[in-house]
Amino acid sequence: MSAASEPSNEFFAIRYGLSGTDLDRVLTRALGRPVDYADLYFEHTESESVSLEESMVKRASKSVSQGVGVRATAGEKTGYAYSDEITLERLADAATTARAIAEGAGAAVPARVGPPRPLARNLYPVEKHAGEIPLGEKIGLLEGIDRIARAQDPRIRNVIASFSCSKKRFLLATSEGVVVEDTQPLVRLNVACIAQDGDNRQSGSYGGGGRTGFDFILGDRAFEFYAREAARQAILNLSAVDAPAGTMDVVLGPGWPGILLHEAVGHGLEGDFNRKGTSAFSGRLGQKVASDLCTVVDDGTIPGRRGSINVDDEGTPSARTVLIEKGVLRTYLQDRLNARLMKMPLTGNGRRESYGHHPMPRMTNTFMLAGGDDPEEIVRSVNKGLYAVAFGGGQVDITNGKFVFSASEAYLIENGRVTAPVKGATLIGNGPDVLTRVSRVGGDLKLDPGIGTCGKDGQSVPVGVGLPTIRIDGMTVGGTRP
Amino acid sequence: MTFDMNRAHDLLARAKRLGASAADLLFAEGEAFTASVRLGRTEKIKDAREKVVGLRIFAGRRQAMSATSDLAEASLDGLVEDTLAMARVTADDPDAGLPEREEFRLDLPDLGLWEPEPVGLTLDRRIDLARETEAAALSSDARLTNSDGADFGSSSSRILFANSHGFRGEYAGATYGLSVAPIAAENGSMQRDHWYSVKRRFALLDSPESIGKEAARRTLRRLGARRVGTQRVPVVFDPEVSAGLIGHVAGAASGYAVYKGASFLVDRLGETIAAPGVTIVDDGTIPAGLGSKPFDGEGLPTRRTVVVENGVLKSWLLDTYSARKLSLKSTGNATRGPADAPTVSPTNFYLEAGTASPEEIVREIPDGFYVTELIGFGVNLVNGDYSRGAVGLWISGGEIAFPVEEVTIAGNLREMLGAITRIGNDLVFRGRIAAPTIRIDGLTVAGA
Repeated sequence: MSAASEPSNEFFAIRYGLSGTDLDRVLTRALGRPVDYADLYFEHTESESVSLEESMVKRASKSVSQGVGVRATAGEKTGYAYSDEITLERLADAATTARAIAEGAGAAVPARVGPPRPLARNLYPVEKHAGEIPLGEKIGLLEGIDRIARAQDPRIRNVIASFSCSKKRFLLATSEGVVVEDTQPLVRLNVACIAQDGDNRQSGSYGGGGRTGFDFILGDRAFEFYAREAARQAILNLSAVDAPAGTMDVVLGPGWPGILLHEAVGHGLEGDFNRKGTSAFSGRLGQKVASDLCTVVDDGTIPGRRGSINVDDEGTPSARTVLIEKGVLRTYLQDRLNARLMKMPLTGNGRRESYGHHPMPRMTNTFMLAGGDDPEEIVRSVNKGLYAVAFGGGQVDITNGKFVFSASEAYLIENGRVTAPVKGATLIGNGPDVLTRVSRVGGDLKLDPGIGTCGKDGQSVPVGVGLPTIRIDGMTVGGTRP
Repeated sequence: MTFDMNRAHDLLARAKRLGASAADLLFAEGEAFTASVRLGRTEKIKDAREKVVGLRIFAGRRQAMSATSDLAEASLDGLVEDTLAMARVTADDPDAGLPEREEFRLDLPDLGLWEPEPVGLTLDRRIDLARETEAAALSSDARLTNSDGADFGSSSSRILFANSHGFRGEYAGATYGLSVAPIAAENGSMQRDHWYSVKRRFALLDSPESIGKEAARRTLRRLGARRVGTQRVPVVFDPEVSAGLIGHVAGAASGYAVYKGASFLVDRLGETIAAPGVTIVDDGTIPAGLGSKPFDGEGLPTRRTVVVENGVLKSWLLDTYSARKLSLKSTGNATRGPADAPTVSPTNFYLEAGTASPEEIVREIPDGFYVTELIGFGVNLVNGDYSRGAVGLWISGGEIAFPVEEVTIAGNLREMLGAITRIGNDLVFRGRIAAPTIRIDGLTVAGA
């Protein structure tokens, strides 16, 4: 079923027996006198996951999550109530709770709920949702991956592969009369391999996905590539040497190493932290925060990407926002509350994990634009350093700007040549400083394969990152070999 | 729509009627309320109500799971059919299945996990508690100029579990929490830290005053932090970060990590894996413990399991499936997300206290690093590699000298556990996983 074939709020109206007049009434109750904005967020999400391990598809599961969140805001205050019971009675209770916060300024606005506004575009039209594909096909896929990964090397001892997909529908009705509905598909395939040689045990993993159907996994036989990559990385790590420790030049490969941008600058540019003055980037708009070579954008409009959204969870269409332009800080990422309080434009970054969460400024797909350098030449330019091509997770302390991200595949660079693979090491730096050290930017911008999940304040949302090959002069590498 | 044991019984019976060979069912219901204050003003209140039914159905030795928050009768009935259909196409797994009938117990202990909501805990009182905590922090020092806010939260939940062996169990739990994250500024740079208290009894929460003051102390001591040179020195983990380290042992001792070959502890059962004096225990029966529960995610009774005794690895943490894979018995450590098959998690997991005071531990170190916060995910349980971003205080001549940031500490968990040379006497349960101050030798600090 494509999103376009369900154009109205019929799905929610029929399923929960709620009319536009009912919604009007609840919004009006949530608004009360001192409240200046209220919204209702109805969600119905179906998810499925299948996993293989020890060459057996041991687990399959399906879940349905539904509920409604009611939000009322007044000045800087937010009241949020949610329930997984979608009934008028619970809605009215939730609206009363949400508005309990409001004491003080604001004027009542009459609520009027109209028909949903048609979406200007659909970034993720899907002929058939992955959840509608028979389970047998997914089982076959995972069994195929298991065979391919094991065939790479006899030292591959276990393969853990999983496929998961979801279809999230939401309907948002706001006190300003905005009504939007969207259906967001999401698929993800992950492969992890355990390699063993004597008592040396190592792992490798690869995955990908996006807002697509099941065909994405089969197209270009992506799944074969994932299986081979996971096996290759696990085998490679069997021969990895201890990582160096200390400050050295670092070359990051294209694609997923873009997690650097997400941690080093992305979070620090979210509107909430900057409104509160708690970010290391607070008050720095218009200032130089990166080298001239760096232009960083957040773009929620790329078709089919994991981090893309037609509209954010407050009804604002997603956008392409230039965060850093030739090294100069241009914009913060905003949701409604923070844009209003900071008197800044909306950027379409008001996202929430589910009906159980209030919106916050969040990234979508965050990447650096390509430069003019030849990636091979960038590596050759380093005398002694680290070349990192794959990473695990990262984290940042917004307030002091310190961030880390951990390499899962990295090599030494010696005299301009990539040499021995090294064990995973954490790289640490300072957000407002690290991009000023970018001295080369390659022409090979790549987006990650579709694996990112960003956590903030207990909420997880799917995101994307991207990077061309770059060189950073002097970064701390947290290995064990001083 | 309410859910009770009768509906659970009906769904299990329906599964059987449709041809399932076994099934179990989890119902979880929860309410949570949070009041947040920032710079003295109410910032957010949040009220949450959730219910979910999770179902696991076996067709012989094949299994599938499902979960829904749609508790309408027709939806749940449909779910039973869908789940059974899924189970029929998954792999025939010889180790899959419910625990043995005789492993269950019906006389479940009352662990004191729940209390009725205290009288007088109104919305205004909750907001005041958060406000008092923040005020106690910010009034400590003029350099505390900003705040990420203070929260008062309460939650209560009810778990109901039933299976086709006839096990029926039910329990409720409550928690109360108070926390604050002040921000200090000096010479154009900012530092943030936090402090908190979480308890199952409202009356046992630390006072707003003590939480605020401790948050202020932790934040202020970070001002002026700098990098240090790359070197190998003794590292002291404060209890907050040593608890995290002990948590990695729980991960590596999980039966799943072990049978998959994904743990650095594989093949080490019965061997010395840590320094003498290191005793690590999992105990799901501690009265009012944050990780306590009368039965686990498969309905089996929780218990006390010594995982490491005086440095020797004594037991894995197991549920039924991982135990069968290793030809062992469950340790009552199953945990169950509604839509997921059981897996293993620790209950209350802790490193037993030693005899040294934290001050003595620091005093013995001529040059070292006292770590107060670790960030990032640089922990590989498959091979034990460990490399994380660290914040803390430099130790010089047995005294705290200056704050440190933007460095990493790295080593390998296999060696780190053996290099625990001091264990503090300051074990306090502030969460499910707890440990006293410890000293580890041989780690590499990477910085300038």
